[in-house]
Amino acid sequence: MNDQVERTLYMDHAATTFMKPEVVAAMAPYLSEHFGNPSSLYRYSGESRSGVETARGQVATAVGANREEIFFTSGGTEADNWAIKGVAFANRERGNHIVTSAIEHHAVLHTCEWLEKQGFSVTYLPVDEFGRVDPVAVEAAITDETILVSVMTANNEIGTVQPVAEIGRAAHDHGVLFHTDAVQAIGAMPIDVDAMNIDLLSLSGHKFYGPKGTGALYIRQGTRVETLIHGGGQEHRRRAGTENVPGIVGLGRAIELATADIEGHNRRIAAMRDRLIRGILGSIPDCRLNGHPTERLPNNANFSFRYVEGESILLLLDGRGICASTGSACSSGSSEPSHVLLATGLSHEEAHGSLRLTLGDANTEDDVDYVLEVLPEVIGRLRRISPLTPARTRMPEAE
Amino acid sequence: MYTEKVIEEFTNPKNVGELADADAVGEAGNPTCGDIMKIYLKVESDRIVDARFQTFGCAAAIASSSMATRMILGMTIAEAWNLSNADVVDALGGLPEPKVHCSLLARDAIRAAIDDFRTRGGLEPLERGSDCCCSGEGGCDSCPGND
Ligand SMILES: Cc1ncc(COP(=O)(O)O)c(C=O)c1O
Ligand code: FES
Repeated sequence: MNDQVERTLYMDHAATTFMKPEVVAAMAPYLSEHFGNPSSLYRYSGESRSGVETARGQVATAVGANREEIFFTSGGTEADNWAIKGVAFANRERGNHIVTSAIEHHAVLHTCEWLEKQGFSVTYLPVDEFGRVDPVAVEAAITDETILVSVMTANNEIGTVQPVAEIGRAAHDHGVLFHTDAVQAIGAMPIDVDAMNIDLLSLSGHKFYGPKGTGALYIRQGTRVETLIHGGGQEHRRRAGTENVPGIVGLGRAIELATADIEGHNRRIAAMRDRLIRGILGSIPDCRLNGHPTERLPNNANFSFRYVEGESILLLLDGRGICASTGSACSSGSSEPSHVLLATGLSHEEAHGSLRLTLGDANTEDDVDYVLEVLPEVIGRLRRISPLTPARTRMPEAE
Repeated sequence: MYTEKVIEEFTNPKNVGELADADAVGEAGNPTCGDIMKIYLKVESDRIVDARFQTFGCAAAIASSSMATRMILGMTIAEAWNLSNADVVDALGGLPEPKVHCSLLARDAIRAAIDDFRTRGGLEPLERGSDCCCSGEGGCDSCPGND
């Protein structure tokens, strides 16, 4: 096998995306001539102010909210922290219990774990083998003390889409607020905060071809949320700090582009994803698809290959120019593999052997062909080295 | 994050496979940790004349397995026992800090094989450290460090 890098093929769009040229173009004036502080009174700052307000409108439109309900943050992590800590501290006299799921992003999980140390109690709901949270279980977990349900719209590792509207309904039936981390869902499925019974929603610019370090939190009008970042009076006095004007403008343009034709975009991306999944399951033995067979993000394919470890897969793929990701512990330096994969019932060995390929707007059918050609070689090669590989699966060396 | 040498050793590992007529076989690690190494030795008058390995694990584990089998070729049993993971890491031009423990796998497998060799020869096995991938710090269920 030839280890020369022949090309760079990026299939890790759940980690981050490139910025679209239209986004860069929208930001450019705010990196140069329009540098005014939006809070300043002179007319010169008007451009900065209107740039931010245009973006607020773009985000509001994308999720079916009013612009006064959109607050810009430094990213998805801050939005998650703010939503959960903010609701917890503002509603403390009403109760101290939070319901979330076992497969949330660490921005949610570690926030909840920290709140436990502050005297809150948290229920981490299990998921089924496909990574779905059961709305009935959400309802059953709600007690008189419950103040918040937080379940992600779609999972970043396995791509499973949650029954968000039903979960929101279950929360609302009991007068409980509902937050969802929609970081991976924006642009991949239509979002409507009213139809989906959402009170708070987190999003992040760099997951939909916008800039890194930008995000927003949607807060339904009238929702009690404590402020997290204290200082100046920006964002209606709810999130202090001089605005990241170019970033916000880029986020606004990016979300507008990402939600302009979700259906058309999904049709193209999902067709590639399905060919990838069929091709890999068909050509590599002892391999499974992780996540839900149908209720999954259009760009997500996540597999477990038995007898091999994920970091090794990534490095051999990297040697062939393919950028992907894994839930193996060995890639993160921790000793436990992905909490998401374990929550779906995978063994440690299967979780260590996972590979996530997430497609994006620049990927082509040729890219899919290339992965389908390279991946079986890579897995075969590692399986020849592994002591776990049974003889029936040990593919002979090519040539 | 890895040195060129590690990538090279990982991409083109030496001494991969089994030895049907091995004089000693040793294994270390477990699939829970994500690392297992199996080593096969051929010994002639106290010297290692052939060594093969099979490893399930990350790039650091595979690279150190390959490097360690290369290093012990020609060594006496006593020399091979004393091969430390620091020697293997040095030969690889270093490993990133969170990956250093992965190189313990090779040392532990070599020691397990030497004990197998001793046992086959009617000798007592020697005292060897844990063959835990976290070196007993208690990282996983199967870790002897956690009860
Ligand atoms: C589901 C989910 N939530 C939160 C985040 C964090 O977002 P950010 O990187 O903008 O802080 C990510 C991305 O890493 C994510 O995938
Ligand atoms: S045995 Fe692997 S972490 Fe302890």
